[in-house]
Amino acid sequence: MIRDALLIARKDLLIEWRSRVTINQVAPLGLLILIVFAFAFDANRNLLTKGAPGLVWVGVLFAGVLTVQRSFTIESADGITDALRLSSISPVAMFLGKAAAVGLQLFVLEIVLVGGAVVFFDSRIGDPVLLIAAAVTGTGGFSAIGCIYGAMSLGVRVRETLLPLLLIPVVAPILLAGTRAFERALDISTQAGWNWVGLLGVMWGVYLAVGTLAFGPLLEDG
Amino acid sequence: MVSATKPEMPVSPRTSARMATSSVGTTVLGWLAFVSLVATAVLGLVVSPRDVVTGDAVRFLYLHVPVIWVAYGAFISCAIASALFLWKGKSRADRGRHLDRVAGASAEVGVVFTALALITGAMWGRITWGVYWQWDARLTMTAMMFVSFLGYLALRRLPTEPSVRSKRAAIAALVSSVNLPLVHFSVDWWRTLHQEASLSVDEAEITGNMYSVLLFSSVAFVLTGIWLVAHRYRVIRLEEIRDDEGLELAIAARRAEAGVD
Repeated sequence: MIRDALLIARKDLLIEWRSRVTINQVAPLGLLILIVFAFAFDANRNLLTKGAPGLVWVGVLFAGVLTVQRSFTIESADGITDALRLSSISPVAMFLGKAAAVGLQLFVLEIVLVGGAVVFFDSRIGDPVLLIAAAVTGTGGFSAIGCIYGAMSLGVRVRETLLPLLLIPVVAPILLAGTRAFERALDISTQAGWNWVGLLGVMWGVYLAVGTLAFGPLLEDG
Repeated sequence: MVSATKPEMPVSPRTSARMATSSVGTTVLGWLAFVSLVATAVLGLVVSPRDVVTGDAVRFLYLHVPVIWVAYGAFISCAIASALFLWKGKSRADRGRHLDRVAGASAEVGVVFTALALITGAMWGRITWGVYWQWDARLTMTAMMFVSFLGYLALRRLPTEPSVRSKRAAIAALVSSVNLPLVHFSVDWWRTLHQEASLSVDEAEITGNMYSVLLFSSVAFVLTGIWLVAHRYRVIRLEEIRDDEGLELAIAARRAEAGVD
């Protein structure tokens, strides 16, 4: 199963690498969100530095919705979903593979966005280990739940508007916990950050469990 | 030439036999709900005393607290019906459509009652806290629950195969329900300003007349909630019959029209 999951992840990443959609469109959009926030807050340096963790996660959230959408758009064309179902690959492996591919893309995006926060908002990385742990657990959870809803909106004409409506309320706890952990890692608050990483890890586990159960039935109809 | 008289849409025997949206039971329930709501208004506005601290604003209690209880109950009903749909749906004679309708009707009523709770809460908050909204744990959690189930209702409206739609909606309801404790836990850690639960078995903060009125109004809103779910259930069933028999009726109507011409 792990081999199959890696195959799916490799396929998705290869498509992304060749099409360059994440690098050329989604990542610049994430940076653009940071810049637009500077306009919204009248380039108030103190305010932007203080709000940087939240702004980074909002950027991840919106760019993440696009990444999930993209990951399932490539499946819906040319009956690829049916072809995958006809192959011997189990739905669980497909879910894990797709979640891993989305998660890896979002992790790279987060590195870009944190870099953007350092440059544009004068953020200072005080605890890099905490920062990476929060980024890994947060994006892991996001990609797992994102893939469940991505499969749910497969084959639906109104997917572009439906997916954000379904996904954003569900990932709100990730945004909240990720922001609090980043606040500690970027030396903005002195509150414990590892508790939030623990909570992100629990969410990741729950979403992975739900996904392994739900992905098969969702694909049956796709 | 177009005929001057419009032919009547024929109704199939299957449809006409199940056309009613009420029964003796729901009519009685409806009247009970109506009378108890009127009584709640009288009790809440006239009989209940003013609060020593918040004055007349305390009367929001009889509206705000029962509606959120009904909303919670409706969402729990939606989650249970969705779980049963996924678990037992395939083995049932009606392919779980009954359970799907219960889930849909409950979620609709839950969303309406949550909206009512948010609106009345904002009005009450403006008077007691001085602001419409506080970013405390319980309010944030309620807002998240509201938008989650709005998404669920959007999913139910998708123009896809009914069985596909039902299955996806049931999974969405369950994922939202599984997620609620995570939302609750995270926002609880984030901040908590809201007052403690209004009613508890061990020590009630509200006593005497106010306690009785709150209990009465809760019963009134629960009856209203059940009545609304029963009616929405029937309307959903009629919509399904209309969709199932739509083509059959359209052909019959076309034939009738041709006969008139």
